[in-house]
Amino acid sequence: MDRRTFLLQSGKLLVLSAPAAIAWEHVLAGEPQAAPNYQASDHWWAMIVEIEKCIGCGSCVRACKAENDVPDEPYFFRTWVERYRINPEDPEHPIVDSPNGGFDGFPPVPDEQGAWKSFFVPKLCNHCVDSPCEQVCPVGATFRSPDGVVLVDADYCVGCRYCVQACPYGCRFIDPRTHTADKCTLCYHRISKGLTTACCETCPTSARRLADLKNPADPIHEFLRTNKVQVLKPQMATRPKVYYNDLDGSVR
Amino acid sequence: MPPVEGFLYPNEIELQWSVLIVLYPFITGLVAGAFILASLERVFNVQAVKPTYRIALLTALAFLLVAPLPLQLHLGHPERSFEMYLTPHTTSAMAMFGFVYLWYLMAVLVVEIWLDYRKDLVLRRRASTGLRRWFYTVVTLGSDNISPASLRLDHRVGYIVTVIGIPSAFLLHGYVGFIFGSIKANPWWSTPMMPIVFLFSAIVSGIAAVMLVYMAYARLQKVPIDMPCLDTVARYLFYAFLIDFSLEMLDLVHRIYESDESFKTLDFMVKTRLFTSQIVLQIILGTIVPLALLAAAQLVRFRAPARRALYASAGVLTLIGIFAMRWNVVIGGQLFSKSYLGYTTYKMGFATREGMLPAILLMILPVAILAVLLWLLPPWREEREPAHAAQPGGAAVGARVF
Ligand code: SF4
Ligand code: SF4
Repeated sequence: MDRRTFLLQSGKLLVLSAPAAIAWEHVLAGEPQAAPNYQASDHWWAMIVEIEKCIGCGSCVRACKAENDVPDEPYFFRTWVERYRINPEDPEHPIVDSPNGGFDGFPPVPDEQGAWKSFFVPKLCNHCVDSPCEQVCPVGATFRSPDGVVLVDADYCVGCRYCVQACPYGCRFIDPRTHTADKCTLCYHRISKGLTTACCETCPTSARRLADLKNPADPIHEFLRTNKVQVLKPQMATRPKVYYNDLDGSVR
Repeated sequence: MPPVEGFLYPNEIELQWSVLIVLYPFITGLVAGAFILASLERVFNVQAVKPTYRIALLTALAFLLVAPLPLQLHLGHPERSFEMYLTPHTTSAMAMFGFVYLWYLMAVLVVEIWLDYRKDLVLRRRASTGLRRWFYTVVTLGSDNISPASLRLDHRVGYIVTVIGIPSAFLLHGYVGFIFGSIKANPWWSTPMMPIVFLFSAIVSGIAAVMLVYMAYARLQKVPIDMPCLDTVARYLFYAFLIDFSLEMLDLVHRIYESDESFKTLDFMVKTRLFTSQIVLQIILGTIVPLALLAAAQLVRFRAPARRALYASAGVLTLIGIFAMRWNVVIGGQLFSKSYLGYTTYKMGFATREGMLPAILLMILPVAILAVLLWLLPPWREEREPAHAAQPGGAAVGARVF
């Protein structure tokens, strides 16, 4: 590095450190910069996932586990990534894997079949409008908030696991430490403070984006208008709110 | 981590409902079935099965007392289960369990048994002294009137309770089927046939259980077995089993014919992981063989000891078959992924909270309770108290002597 680049870089660093210092206070306080008085009824949360942008890096899985204190074991996930490989001769029967939920990314496919189609599908709780998990909970521990997020109150959950059986998407698990049901909360502690979710924030390609359907300025409206959008298992009539773009028909 | 084949959603590797949840529909099924057998005598006036009437009621009670235990043991937070009564979530099928259970236990079974035994209890109170007398005073709730008129009233009220009890018994088990049948996410469970199939298999298992208890109890009491009674019970078992079998076959044929999205997955599962429990235990050993035995007893004129042996083996096989059916529903329904792309296996622990040991203890417990109940409330006591047969109105009660 010559002297000129060094000076330039240090100059940049100096300039950037000023806003960073200001932001740091908020980070320390655990609060976002803009913390409006959150009105649940003003929002209707959803998520957009753009399949072709997902590179299967697993950043979202790691971010989610860290942010939400999800148990380390390989079979507890609030969000995970699946890899689909499809033989064009048999497009109905994909080969799917999700080693450790995609936590460490994906190993390369041993024999590189050139003609095969391959893509990644990030999954999470769909925050269904007509959520079967909420319907079956005997004590109402699983509930839908007015802003369209399905949450679990761990202080009420009796750990009967009926909701785990009822979710068609395999989104729920029983936390081995608390013996209560758990799943994606759409980072409710963050989004209610004006932040985005941990997974959306870390996604390097913006394959996942938090969206507020009640906010007219949210780009989701443009997105939904101009794209072909699918949800998972529409035949279940759960009205999921994770909208996938370019979803292959073989994804289950 | 249990062996996994194909692709499962990452959260699916843990099996959610264990052998304890298999016990729950099995036990409630015995309750419902036993009660329905008891009501045959009372409501439909099938005189032949009278010797089993009280045995059936006590069997139902013994198993009903145990029914919530496996559920309780399975919960992650049993200490919160009372919440289901206080703040039930009305859209949940499971939330209604407590109410259906309490209704059935308190409003039907206990009242009916009490009415039926009231005279015996009063007589025993009169004959006893001290602490025993005090005990009988409590269980008779202080009533002392056993005049013919009051016994007739008992009988009438008992009749009404039984009439209410029949739909309640149907409700209890149909509802248990509904808990599974209403889960649309699971194609193995999600069928409107589920409550009906559960109900009929309940009737079958209950009749078989009461038949076995009757035979065992008579043997222990050294009382000769009333063959017309046993034949009638076996005939009812045969009919109920035929209906149950046809319903299950209808369901199976429907699934095969419809071959919907999930069919390949379920078919594969039945042919591999569920082969022993579904094809061998449930269908062949637990259904076809006992049906054949029962049919043989209808067609061929066997002598009494041969018939008893036939019935006993048919009864045992029936119970094994129905247990296998519960197993296949509950465990089978969790062996495949909701992605329809993979399978897992169920590994049962032994001395763990949801392992085999508690399951075995939970199956012994109702039998022990039943033994105590039969000792406390002997079903054939009047036989040894010939005095009342002479009483007018005692006829209805006295007729229970065979
Ligand atoms: S995806 Fe599953 S856990 Fe999430 S709301 Fe829908 S049914 Fe419930
Ligand atoms: S496990 Fe908890 S959240 Fe799920 S249905 Fe049971 S009580 Fe409700």
